Amino acid sequence: MSKKIWIVLQQREGKLHRMSREAIAAGQQLASALGGTASAVLLSSDGAVAGDVLAYQLDEVLTASDAALADYTPGGYVGALGPAIGAEAPDYVLFPHTYQSVDYVPRLAQETGAALVPEAVSFEVSGEEVIWKRPVLTGKLQARVRVKGGGTVLATIQSGAFPADSAAAGSTQARSLTVGELVVDREILGVEQAGEDEVDLTKADIIVGVGRGVGGPEKLGPVEELARLIGGDIGASRPVIDNGWLPRDRQIGSSGQTVAPKLYLAVGISGAIQHQVGMKGSSCVVAINKDKTAPIFNIAKYGVIGDLHEIVPAINEVLAESQD
Amino acid sequence: MRIAVCIKQVPDVEERLEIADDGKWLDENEMKFVINESDQYALEEGLALAEKTGGEVVVLSLGPDRVQDALRKALALGASRAVHLADDAFDGGDAHATARALAAAIGREEFDLVLTGAQSDDAGYGSTGSMVAGMLGWPHAWLVMGFEVEDGGGSAKVTREMESGMNELFRVALPAVIEVQAGLNHPRYASLKGIMQAKRKPIDRPAPADLGLTGEDVGAAGSRLEILDVAFPESGAGAQLIEGDPAVAARTLIEKLRTEARVL
Ligand SMILES: Cc1cc2nc3c(=O)[nH]c(=O)nc-3n(C[C@H](O)[C@H](O)[C@H](O)COP(=O)(O)OP(=O)(O)OC[C@H]3O[C@@H](n4cnc5c(N)ncnc54)[C@H](O)[C@@H]3O)c2cc1C
Ligand SMILES: Nc1ncnc2c1ncn2[C@@H]1O[C@H](COP(=O)(O)O)[C@@H](O)[C@H]1O
Repeated sequence: MSKKIWIVLQQREGKLHRMSREAIAAGQQLASALGGTASAVLLSSDGAVAGDVLAYQLDEVLTASDAALADYTPGGYVGALGPAIGAEAPDYVLFPHTYQSVDYVPRLAQETGAALVPEAVSFEVSGEEVIWKRPVLTGKLQARVRVKGGGTVLATIQSGAFPADSAAAGSTQARSLTVGELVVDREILGVEQAGEDEVDLTKADIIVGVGRGVGGPEKLGPVEELARLIGGDIGASRPVIDNGWLPRDRQIGSSGQTVAPKLYLAVGISGAIQHQVGMKGSSCVVAINKDKTAPIFNIAKYGVIGDLHEIVPAINEVLAESQD
Repeated sequence: MRIAVCIKQVPDVEERLEIADDGKWLDENEMKFVINESDQYALEEGLALAEKTGGEVVVLSLGPDRVQDALRKALALGASRAVHLADDAFDGGDAHATARALAAAIGREEFDLVLTGAQSDDAGYGSTGSMVAGMLGWPHAWLVMGFEVEDGGGSAKVTREMESGMNELFRVALPAVIEVQAGLNHPRYASLKGIMQAKRKPIDRPAPADLGLTGEDVGAAGSRLEILDVAFPESGAGAQLIEGDPAVAARTLIEKLRTEARVL
């Protein structure tokens, strides 16, 4: 039986979220591996098709439009998608694993009785069965999971897993989905900057990224010395910020700044995907970590294995020599 | 306000991370366990709010006997009582099955608010709180960086994290499930008095039947996802590893950055 795959795209004011294109690539690959069709789904107030979605190789572009979908709310989105999934019974529905999707997709799964595979990074198809890979332990391990029971499977696709430029071009047509009465469960008040952005790391040439492995604010001295000697700026992973060791405007990652220096030194950072998305564009990544299996080594060019409290002072010594 | 806080006990993999012989999960022997990071912030948020409004915090956790330690810790921090879903039947559940058990335990009482963490540091579904909300028929908000109760407890103004350093602001009706992100407050430490008092605070241990559920609804049997195996992520597509004496390693690294990568 030909499988029906939907890809629910995220857009804001007619602009596609960058991860929407990665989800299209994932959906097309799943359709070809299973033998089936991939269609895109767009929710909006007016039914307009965002960006160049009609120029992808897709079976259809399904639009759900209603005034209540002008702003994203879980009530509106679950109310629009749930009945459509019930009526058209797609086998798989993929979503980009964005902060918006994670807010409503679990609820959609719960309300439709669909299974949910959160944060998929790859899949393998054997016969009719799909085995998914997803990170566990904040990326320190990867689990292979299967879905038990029948019905629709929802999956959110993690950033970077399916390159957007591998999505196949083509041409397709739009069809509108029936949308019933929607119950908006949030009164939208607006958006704001999370913190005053005083430090701009986006233009830095060299960044020393501080991770939880540094061990505490009182142990920052040698790392700050390293940044000074190497002519770089200090950035940090989220726990370092959450614990108050460094101010929030130093945070790098999906909730912080996206940087692309020519040299990024990750000191005591494990390399969770939420951190990687903020720095993997760096030309040269160096990881200093005592754990050889840390995921940061997957994107590093050089890795120094050992205790950072010994390695960082040793690097400082070498750098200081050439400054004399 | 009467506030329920869901806390999960998770392995601390900082010192030791080994895969069990059957390949399906960690080898939990000799492992240390901690309260999930974002749940510590959820608990602090609940305790502070209960103090302000003169209410109470009930902590709930699903997991084996060892989870008692996490619950005692929460009681020492100021929660008034605990619900421990410890029956073997609850074991091995995915977000669906865990949410079903938690929602049933929460539904036995009247709460004005349920707080959870945004994501567990082990399974990492990012789903359990939203599914609990769905089962209770309440609104929810995931990845919350702050909220204020308004309107005499009728609603909350919520700040939710978006990508790239922006926040989204909105109002939801209460009761609701608020799933908090790490970093929104400064979790307190337990006092000696708190630790002493915690020993006398009650921990209820309902079985599935006490919640109107059967063993088929919860745990591995009630799950839609099955973990086949876990593995270390495929290792570096060519990271050059430098090991050994720190002084030598440091010199080698700087040399390579200067002459090979030419970034210094
Ligand atoms: C929705 C969401 C958004 C998030 N946004 C972000 C974000 O924007 N940015 C971000 O960074 N994270 C973010 N995170 C958190 C992310 O998932 C990880 O938890 C975090 O990046 C881990 O930080 P870390 O690597 O510093 O800590 P850990 O994962 O604890 O790693 C510490 C590392 O230090 C090493 N280490 C310890 N001691 C030593 C020593 N003495 N010498 C050498 N090495 C040592 C350890 O081996 C380990 O690899 C987000 C999470 C969620 C759920
Ligand atoms: N076994 C559990 N016991 C109590 N709370 C849990 C449990 N599993 C998940 N939660 C709650 O749900 C949140 C999200 O977990 P998850 O969906 O696994 O990422 C956690 O931060 C906890 O607050």
